Amino acid sequence: MTKTLLTFIATAMLSSTALAADIKPALVYGTGGKFDKSFNEAAYNGAEMYKKETGTEYRDFEPTSDTQGEQAIRNFASKGFSPVIAVSFAWTSAMEKVAAEYPDTKFVIVDSVVELPNVRSVVYNEAEGSYLVGLLAGMASKTGKVGFVGGMDIPLIRKFGCGYAQGAKSVKADMQVFQNMVGTTGAAWNDPVRAGELTKNQIDQGADVIYAAAGASGLGVLQTAADNKKFSIGVDSNQNHVHPGSVLTSMVKRVDLAVYNAYKDTAADKFTAGIQSNGIKDGGVVYAVDDDNKALITPEMKAAADKATADIIAGTVKVHDYMTDNKCPL
Amino acid sequence: MDYFDIFVSILGSTIRLSIPLIFTALAGLFSERAGIFDIGLEGKMLAAAFAAACLAYVSGNAWIGLLGGIGVSILFSLIHGFASITNRGNQIVSGVALNFIAAGLTIVLGQAWFNQGGRTPGLTGDARFAPIILPGVDVMREVPVIGPLYANVISGNNILTYLAFAAVPLSWWILYRTRFGLRLRAVGENPAAVDTAGISVAFLRYRALLVTGVLGGFAGAYLAIAQSAAFINNMSAGKGYIALAALIFAKWKPVPVMFACLLFGFLDAVANFMQGKSLPMIGEVPVQIFQALPYVLTCVLLAGFIGIARPPKAGGVPYVKER
Repeated sequence: MTKTLLTFIATAMLSSTALAADIKPALVYGTGGKFDKSFNEAAYNGAEMYKKETGTEYRDFEPTSDTQGEQAIRNFASKGFSPVIAVSFAWTSAMEKVAAEYPDTKFVIVDSVVELPNVRSVVYNEAEGSYLVGLLAGMASKTGKVGFVGGMDIPLIRKFGCGYAQGAKSVKADMQVFQNMVGTTGAAWNDPVRAGELTKNQIDQGADVIYAAAGASGLGVLQTAADNKKFSIGVDSNQNHVHPGSVLTSMVKRVDLAVYNAYKDTAADKFTAGIQSNGIKDGGVVYAVDDDNKALITPEMKAAADKATADIIAGTVKVHDYMTDNKCPL
Repeated sequence: MDYFDIFVSILGSTIRLSIPLIFTALAGLFSERAGIFDIGLEGKMLAAAFAAACLAYVSGNAWIGLLGGIGVSILFSLIHGFASITNRGNQIVSGVALNFIAAGLTIVLGQAWFNQGGRTPGLTGDARFAPIILPGVDVMREVPVIGPLYANVISGNNILTYLAFAAVPLSWWILYRTRFGLRLRAVGENPAAVDTAGISVAFLRYRALLVTGVLGGFAGAYLAIAQSAAFINNMSAGKGYIALAALIFAKWKPVPVMFACLLFGFLDAVANFMQGKSLPMIGEVPVQIFQALPYVLTCVLLAGFIGIARPPKAGGVPYVKER
């Protein structure tokens, strides 16, 4: 019995190596959950896109706590999955450990950098994307006051806020930008009540466009803005549909493309390790326009955003990256 | 924005943040005055929030959601009662166990049913309790001082907010002016005396827990279908424990419970408002100071600095008829 089983496994392994293009992709989400209408859902969409195109099945896992990430990544790696994609900066240390243990497996981490020869680190220039939506917020604001609600108080989120403020102030130098953070622990990504209160607070102070960069807490921001008939701006994936007419636009990080490309590159044997930085130039960060918000983006706003995009690509407008010096020059 | 506007804004925020605390602390009041410590308030709130969000989503009616929340909260109460009254188990252990069950079960069920990482789908329209605009707001708004207070603090809340404030005098009346209330307080102080009078201690305590369940259901429903528009993992975020602190801070009395909850809500609102702002002379104050204040104040109280907090005498002790 054991012998037959072993033979079976051996044949199975042989047949899988025979098909070079056949990959066994895996995906580990962040703790926000697969359908968070944001970051993780974008990763899921990328994997689904690849599955639809090639028919290759993928395996995914949704860790529900910070301790499960390492286990999940190791589990996939030990079962021969490659590439293993982990989306969230929270898995940085887990990735460092596991990727060193499985040097032949290909890994991808999104939103963080792991310097190992078998890891591709996909990072985004969120400051540039936030600059664009900040510009749109500044133009849409009637009060001259806009708000930002971040999730956890970490440099990455400050980077969003800093780019946003810079964009808003490019419209009017005396634009007031309120910035709040939901919390200092991982719980800050899942606290829509506090996020909603912070939003209400900013609205009471006169803000009429509020940008949420707070994972699932951001849904509280969008909800409060919609309840109070103000504008909000979504983040990571296109959230315009959450409250059509109230969500001005969304700062979209093309995490779906990162996942899709990683699978495609591996299948074509073109996988490259190292840092892959996506900014406006590479189409890695964009502001979303669709049927839900078409009416909210005026032609002037579109023209201004297009000009800013061109200026950033040309280098005439420099968007400050908070993470380079942990300071915001505004 | 002048200081008065800031004050009004913070007061409005205080009301919104206090409501779940008031419901939960009153829930705890009934069970603790009957001699059953209830550390499981957090779990009740969470489970009720989940049930309310699910049922409101499925039925599209906020009232059905509220009923569902109350039902689940009562179920949790009765399990607590079965463990600690009928089987004379340790009340703290049973309460903590229920908290863990609620935290885990809501995520697992939510994930299985809706596939959104434990969240429930967003609610719109009638599936939520909408703010009620009281009559005359537009006229009153022009009146100085009272106008903005009426328009932004008193009006514009949802029905559960008004019910919470109605529940406070009602609780006082039940506890201090009805036969049930007298017996409930007695059973928390000296169950043997109640038993001697020919009244069933167990039945009385179960009834107290039913009231706890109902109020816990209101708290959870407020979180999920009035303040927010969906259930989100661990959305109670420690409010059950803050409510417990408020209950102790208020020395187990209904009206002081309301004021303690309002104080804690106010501290939370100030913490939200103070973020990133600096005070004259002092500079920027870390928000954690305000967030820790409820617990610090409760500790100071327990240490005996603000009067004496005396818990019900028979609290935490299972009643045994004969020794």
